[in-house]
Amino acid sequence: MAKITVNGESKEVRDGITLKALIEESGVLQPDMVSVQLNEQFAEREEWDRTVIKEGDSIDFLYFMGGGAA
Amino acid sequence: MIELNEDQIVRYSRHILLQDVGVEGQEKIMNASVLVVGAGGLGAPVSLYLAAAGIGRIGLIDADVVDLSNLQRQVIHFTKDVGRPKVESAAEKIRAINPDVKVETYQDFLWSGNALEIISKYDFIVDGTDNFPVKFLINDACVMAGKPFSHGGILRFNGQTFTHVPGSACYRCLFKEPPPVGAVPTCSQAGVLGAIAGMLGTIQAAEVLKYFTGVGELLTNKLLTFDAKTMNFKTFNVKKGEKCPICGKNPTIDKLIDYEQAACDLKKH
Repeated sequence: MAKITVNGESKEVRDGITLKALIEESGVLQPDMVSVQLNEQFAEREEWDRTVIKEGDSIDFLYFMGGGAA
Repeated sequence: MIELNEDQIVRYSRHILLQDVGVEGQEKIMNASVLVVGAGGLGAPVSLYLAAAGIGRIGLIDADVVDLSNLQRQVIHFTKDVGRPKVESAAEKIRAINPDVKVETYQDFLWSGNALEIISKYDFIVDGTDNFPVKFLINDACVMAGKPFSHGGILRFNGQTFTHVPGSACYRCLFKEPPPVGAVPTCSQAGVLGAIAGMLGTIQAAEVLKYFTGVGELLTNKLLTFDAKTMNFKTFNVKKGEKCPICGKNPTIDKLIDYEQAACDLKKH
């Protein structure tokens, strides 16, 4: 198991889990709506399934919010 | 520099009393100029507080007219203003609050053809728009022009904001490109609790005043989000992206882009 932080909360995940699997298992309903930050840096969508989560990683899901005026 | 007259010393006394602001800080505020993009949910509280604070020159850009459905949250517009251009309605309130403020209005859309020219006339830009194409346009134009800006987004019961200054993380460091058209609803599709606009807009206005007075730490390299259902506020640290397509090491964007908008957002509301 690897200890990581997801949106500020500690979590244990299985070794070798990819970012893509973590996103799916974290219940992100519309992956199109999120920007994923891995250790405070933007993680390219195309690399989610090639990116393996490591012990100590910090992952944040940031949601698009477009409102403001009309 | 501006010399404060007696009325101004009274008007701005609560700023002047603040040790971190004082007369010097107030003068910085009065020498400043701010462009507010969108005279709607966010633009309303931002403009009202910046006008009250004595920002010397405020530019407002919005192509829309006031609609009855705006009044639930766009507190700068009144019932009598329905049908008037938003910039005209907002400018009137700004002048009524504070005749010291010079107001400049642009009843127009911000797009690739006018963005750099308009932005270049102001010291700080506030994003109070309701759509992703213009949010990305403001980001790109400000990064290109080396201008600081405040990003703001609201939806349903949530809000998010960050401040960019030259060299800090930009919107594209967090969100590389707009979401697919229609994937993310806007307020006109999904709704928004009226007071959320005030919560987020006043955070943006506070950031502007902090920027000009140099007080405290700005929301740079941070994204502040809140959920009004739980009143949980969260701050995410973000880094300037080396691969960011506009502010990274090898930028791929060298001109402004007018992205496609969801069709239902183009309707006048």
